[in-house]
Amino acid sequence: MNLAALRAKLSYQTLLLGSVVLLTSGALALASRTTGDDIQAAAARDLKQSLSQVLPGQYDNDLLHDTIQIASPDGDVTVYRARRAGRVEAVVFQTVGHGYGGAIVCVMGVTRDGTLLGVRILSHKETPGLGDKIEPAKSRWIYAFDGKSLGDPSPDKWAVKKDGGVFDQFSGATITPRGVVRAVKRGLEFFARDKARMLGEMKEDQT
Amino acid sequence: MSYARIAKDGLWDNNVVFSQMLALCPTLAVTGSATNGLGMGLATTAVLVASNMLISAVRHLVSDEVRIPVYIVLIATLVTLVDMSLNAWAHELYKVLGLFIALIVVNCAILGRAESFASKSTVAESAVDGVMMGLGFTAALVAIGGVREIIGSGTLFANAHLLLGAHFAFLELTLIPGYRGYLLMILPPGGFLVVGFLLAAKRMLDRRRAARAELDMAVPQPAAG
Repeated sequence: MNLAALRAKLSYQTLLLGSVVLLTSGALALASRTTGDDIQAAAARDLKQSLSQVLPGQYDNDLLHDTIQIASPDGDVTVYRARRAGRVEAVVFQTVGHGYGGAIVCVMGVTRDGTLLGVRILSHKETPGLGDKIEPAKSRWIYAFDGKSLGDPSPDKWAVKKDGGVFDQFSGATITPRGVVRAVKRGLEFFARDKARMLGEMKEDQT
Repeated sequence: MSYARIAKDGLWDNNVVFSQMLALCPTLAVTGSATNGLGMGLATTAVLVASNMLISAVRHLVSDEVRIPVYIVLIATLVTLVDMSLNAWAHELYKVLGLFIALIVVNCAILGRAESFASKSTVAESAVDGVMMGLGFTAALVAIGGVREIIGSGTLFANAHLLLGAHFAFLELTLIPGYRGYLLMILPPGGFLVVGFLLAAKRMLDRRRAARAELDMAVPQPAAG
């Protein structure tokens, strides 16, 4: 029987569909196995890199494995702790803001006395060319947080200029910077509340 | 079909965006800047070449009745494989292109070329068609993105170094210093406006060219559809 006649048979078509799906899922499974470790390693590298951006100082422990889970209003937050000679000098954690296009995931580093070492954006869906000025590659705006704390500026000034605060908004985009400023402020309040546990200065936490 | 004809079709006569009017969803979504258009265009070209070749290679085995699901499964698998391998082995590139690769799955131009060209042509012809259609698509996206970027933010190829590496930073131009930006062009309505105007311009050019050809040769030609 030639191929043309075979192609018209229902049983051939069924078999064809079945084998195509089988082959492609096999290929995907194989690819997933081969790439899985490398993808995980790349993700860990990314995380480490973004952590070290908001953690300019020296530390001597493995950040990725010195973590603690702390409950916050937004769910459990993983806090990474940077130590020097065993003492926690700074912590890094994620905080989520609400922008124009959805969640803006930020990572922030805070010293043990509550001063911001820096803030970076891990992911966002803001309008390209407008809201994406929160990325350090596109604008220096995000550096405005360096060195700030809950007392500097005072709590009512923790807002964009349009709302009477000290942080710049972008022309044409206020919602994005407002979301980030609020997220960072909430992050600082979270640190202030659970500081003792994050710094490992409570007994229950010596795990 | 001659390769010159395939090239002309892909780049101009049968351009994915301006003639076939396909792939408008990714087109409107990513052309806020020329750089984004370029990234989307190049990623699509790569997948289009691969999918055209793959589908052309198996075209004798696939029954007409079940060809659409077979093509869809093959294309989706291909895109996922590209996505995984880039993520694992070219992670820096993936961080720039990652957004575009996921969008390629919804690009109906890929299925369109599989259906209307690769399923009826040799592997070599299909590869050339993929390259040319892809380049035509890239050119269209860069044109739309460029116009939107110039009017919308007064720059051209801003952040090209993130996509192409530091060597290409010279592409980044600020055409209108101190420009406050024209928000509408960056937002989706600007995409519709620019696509509409560029489409009208292409039609006008084509019509004028056809009229001139008619005069020159004094041979009546059928109007292009």
